[in-house]
Amino acid sequence: MKTKEKVIEFGLGLSALITILTTVGILWVLLVEAFSFFGKVSIIDFLTDTQWTPLFDEKHFGILPLVAGTLLTTFIAVLFALPIGLTIAVYLNEYAYPGFRKTIKPILELLAAVPTVVYGFFALQVVTPFLQSFIPGLAGFNSLSAGLVMGIMIIPLISSLSEDALYAIPKSLKEASYGMGATRFQTAFKVMVPAATSGIVVSVILAISRAIGETMIVAIAAGQQPRLTANPLVPIETITTYIVQVSLGDVPQGSIEYQTIFAAGITLFIFTFTLNSVSYWIKKKFQEKYE
Amino acid sequence: MSNATRINRIKDRAFKYIGLFCTLFGIIVLAIFLIDILIKGIGRIDWAFLSSLPSRIPERAGILTAFVGTIWILILTAIIAIPIGISAGIYLEEYGKKSRMANLLEINISNLAGIPSIIYGLLGLEIFVRIMHLGNSLIAGALTLSLLILPIIIVATREAIKTVPKSIKEASFGMGATKWQTIRQITLPAAAGGILTGIILAISRAIGETAPLIVIGALAYVPFTPESPMDEFSVLPMQIFNWISRPQKGFAINAAAAIIILLAITFVMNGIAVYLRNRWQKKIRW
Amino acid sequence: MHILEANGINAYYGTNHVLKNINLQIKPHTITAFIGPSGCGKSTFLRMFNRMNDYIDGFRKEGEIIIEGNEIYNKQVRVEDLRKQVGMVFQKPNPFPKTIFENVVYGLTIRGEKDKKKLNEIAERSLRQAVLWDEVKDSLKKSALALSGGQQQRLCIARALAVEPSIILMDEPASSLDPISTAKIEELILQLKEKYSIVIVTHNMQQAGRISDNTAFFYMGELIEYDETSIIFTSPKHDKTQSYVTGRFG
Repeated sequence: MKTKEKVIEFGLGLSALITILTTVGILWVLLVEAFSFFGKVSIIDFLTDTQWTPLFDEKHFGILPLVAGTLLTTFIAVLFALPIGLTIAVYLNEYAYPGFRKTIKPILELLAAVPTVVYGFFALQVVTPFLQSFIPGLAGFNSLSAGLVMGIMIIPLISSLSEDALYAIPKSLKEASYGMGATRFQTAFKVMVPAATSGIVVSVILAISRAIGETMIVAIAAGQQPRLTANPLVPIETITTYIVQVSLGDVPQGSIEYQTIFAAGITLFIFTFTLNSVSYWIKKKFQEKYE
Repeated sequence: MSNATRINRIKDRAFKYIGLFCTLFGIIVLAIFLIDILIKGIGRIDWAFLSSLPSRIPERAGILTAFVGTIWILILTAIIAIPIGISAGIYLEEYGKKSRMANLLEINISNLAGIPSIIYGLLGLEIFVRIMHLGNSLIAGALTLSLLILPIIIVATREAIKTVPKSIKEASFGMGATKWQTIRQITLPAAAGGILTGIILAISRAIGETAPLIVIGALAYVPFTPESPMDEFSVLPMQIFNWISRPQKGFAINAAAAIIILLAITFVMNGIAVYLRNRWQKKIRW
Repeated sequence: MHILEANGINAYYGTNHVLKNINLQIKPHTITAFIGPSGCGKSTFLRMFNRMNDYIDGFRKEGEIIIEGNEIYNKQVRVEDLRKQVGMVFQKPNPFPKTIFENVVYGLTIRGEKDKKKLNEIAERSLRQAVLWDEVKDSLKKSALALSGGQQQRLCIARALAVEPSIILMDEPASSLDPISTAKIEELILQLKEKYSIVIVTHNMQQAGRISDNTAFFYMGELIEYDETSIIFTSPKHDKTQSYVTGRFG
């Protein structure tokens, strides 16, 4: 019986180890291919060249246009989703009836469950034509509608996590504020939100990270033209879209074009990894404070 | 009533409506979108659409191969990810406590959950497609998606196990049960509702994914339905993406129709998950 | 002849010395009560008898505990077998979220017993012994969680009886129950004495006085006094015991 117990524990441990192997695998794959890539392209060019044209005859390998495209769509998405998401969180926590809150949360979470390819269709077929009706210069592919739709997708991420953070604040704090004669609005923004800052920041960081890594919405609606611009009305290309673009074509393994997707991938990985680590660190610190 | 108090009360009232508006905003947008999709696509859904192979002519094209591919992916991913995910969750919650290894595993899983799905595609491309020579097959796709959803299943398993009170585990040990007997007979049945909810959400996520499958080379055009895990495949999201990318209006209508099917599957799965979660929370009162 | 002998027991949680050189013998078919203020070590001591402290980080012990002639911390002893011999009932009723029947026969099913007839017999016998049979005989397939607190605790006792232990440990078994349920449990414990040896931790002085044959008084990790219950309650040798049983501290 002792042996059986040991065998089971070993098997379970092995399953847990697969998660470590996944991380190691990701790092190894990205590093190996990116290493070959940087054998052919100088890292200085990669970071400073303002053109990204690996699929053309005259090749440039500057990642900046892809980074710019990624950050632009992300910026639009977060700018749109943050005020709405935070307002929802405060409203549900402070104002809404418990019954309403209980019904509405799963429905909001449905927004995050919609497959992203479906959001892409929405951006391209509904939002862009709608925006074009009053923004004359808006191109068929643009970062504005992709960013806005991505914003809708990340609203539940911000509202849900921020609401959890507000919910975790001891009730006594809220009551103390009411006891001083503060309105719900004052209580929410002068007491609750400041007390929940770290949790809210975590939700925003995770939302940014999610937006940076989002692929299908931008691949469908934002275009495939790497361009170093802050203009939301024109087609751009994000890091993720570029990987999709190359994957859909027929690029031979081992070629420089093939390796570019790993160079793009490792750039993406560094961005999201940094953001996730920061949010994890804040979360851990925050937990200690309240335990 | 002083002026300041009055202003504060107005602000309070105003925010109540702004909050309600924001809360409903997302839902209204979702509703507009669903209605738009339904108007565009519902007329296209008939038996021929469900049972036809892809075609260059939009009116003749159907979702059969993509639908069958999605079912394949759903089953294979479930078979691979569920046992591994639950096992890993049990290990982290019941065995590996407090060790340095456990700490590392925990940070690692939280990190994996934040890695964009397309990066999993790059991993799958290199490991499963190239190194293991699985090609652009269903099994390569299912393995890739399994790795993607493992963190979700693991976290759900851990959360569900955490809700099982220590007292009944102790009772089981007190009866002379071994650790595994206690987990098998007491902890897992008591946590089953929560674990099941997590699994359904994870699988629903997997069948909605497109990006990693594009990267590992899933095809948009597959003229036959896959018959074994080694076959090439397409899935509904791939098919939708392919149709969206085409200029002809007929394909946009096809895309809308296929989206209705995909959303129906997604929403049903999410609905079941929410239902199970509520029922489970209600039932378990220690 | 003693059924249980503890010799020179010291126990530690990390650097915390929680049991100090304890020696104590228990006779078969008796009820022994452990009393003392919170944190005196009585529960820790009780939980050593079926090694429930094994799972606690930083727990360490010295000395030996001999039950029916075997040193229970000996490497050859399998803790699963020990717990069949030494059953336990906890402070709060902790039935499994399973049916009443499954709860009672749990100790047998985990040991591989599949014979339906035998399980039925044992379930009935144990529930009868726990004076619960008449209340639940028609609802054996219902969830144990639907029972009242007192019924749940008697079910937990039936569950412990089903594997026929020789000793039953009870860690404040009535502390979360109402007076009527408590009375029932006490009556039950007195009946069980015929077949089992019972060690009970209690905060309730009257309870110890009502049901136990012998009483051990613990204070700050030390066994201050151990004697017949009547002596402990009427003419204890120690001042500390005197002031505790008369309610001057605790």
